[in-house]
Amino acid sequence: MHSIPSVRTYILVWLTLTVMTFVTYLVAQVELGAWNIVVALLIAFFKMMLVILFFMNAKAESPLTKLFAGAGFFWMILLLGQTLLDYISRTWMPEGKMW
Amino acid sequence: MADTHGTVAEHAGHSQLRHHFDNMEQQFESATLGMWVFLLTEIMFFGGMFCAYTVYRSSYPEAFASTSQHMNPLWGAVNTAVLIVSSLSMALAVRAARLGQQKALQILLIVTIFFGLCFLGVKAIEYHEHWVDMKVPLIGGHWDYHEEPQFARQAQIMFCFYFFMTGFHAIHMVVGVGIMLTIFMMARKGIFSSAYFTPVEISGLYWHFVDIVWIFLFPLLYLIGRTKKIL
Repeated sequence: MHSIPSVRTYILVWLTLTVMTFVTYLVAQVELGAWNIVVALLIAFFKMMLVILFFMNAKAESPLTKLFAGAGFFWMILLLGQTLLDYISRTWMPEGKMW
Repeated sequence: MADTHGTVAEHAGHSQLRHHFDNMEQQFESATLGMWVFLLTEIMFFGGMFCAYTVYRSSYPEAFASTSQHMNPLWGAVNTAVLIVSSLSMALAVRAARLGQQKALQILLIVTIFFGLCFLGVKAIEYHEHWVDMKVPLIGGHWDYHEEPQFARQAQIMFCFYFFMTGFHAIHMVVGVGIMLTIFMMARKGIFSSAYFTPVEISGLYWHFVDIVWIFLFPLLYLIGRTKKIL
């Protein structure tokens, strides 16, 4: 079926994930203003991609399975994007109130 | 395997091949695709909670930062590391199953179960700390937010998100441990081989998904408002 990744690959991915956990823990203590949440989410996204591509071996899946996995991202972008578009843009109105 | 109308299946000739599939490859692809479809429903389930969390956090940023001081980020970090190790052992278990290494498969499944239970143990310690700390909303007599009373109401919202999100995640962990025990029992019977390891593979997908949910929960719940002026 698929080619089998080496144990070394898995160990390297695990090491990277563990290091990134430390990094996100440390960066959270540094004052970066609004960038704190951006950095935290970027690191989380990076860790997620490592898990999906290597541990879940999505690289080797069939094109149809990849399409379905990608649909998950599409759904989250729709859900978060449309919702935030609403809440953020409410304050743009002249008499805007959040609720 | 009773095969009444499948000459194709007979030619493919594996005892685990169901008669409605042409061959083992097709059966494997179908199961994997089906698992991803299930994971999509899980993304919708957790996605709704993440979305609601985002809306309320952007509405009450100070209150959420105040509430996060009552989480222990060290426990959160330890549990993240524990889950990542369990994901590693799970990935190696799938690899062992593929290579037909029966002994390694069983050991790695036990390791995965062990770290899954470690995670739940730490979570139980944390819940107990919140209970003693009077930080459990919705349950009469276990809510007190005298530290920063101006946030007392919004803090209840944040703690509800905390308990619902980590709680549903923990339920998924309990289910995951149950699945791994089942897979372990199947492995002991010698059902899996390099030609048939589909249940190990798709259970692994579930396990990694639950890991990913925690990868996002950790920074979003534990690491808000912890900055000190360094730069």
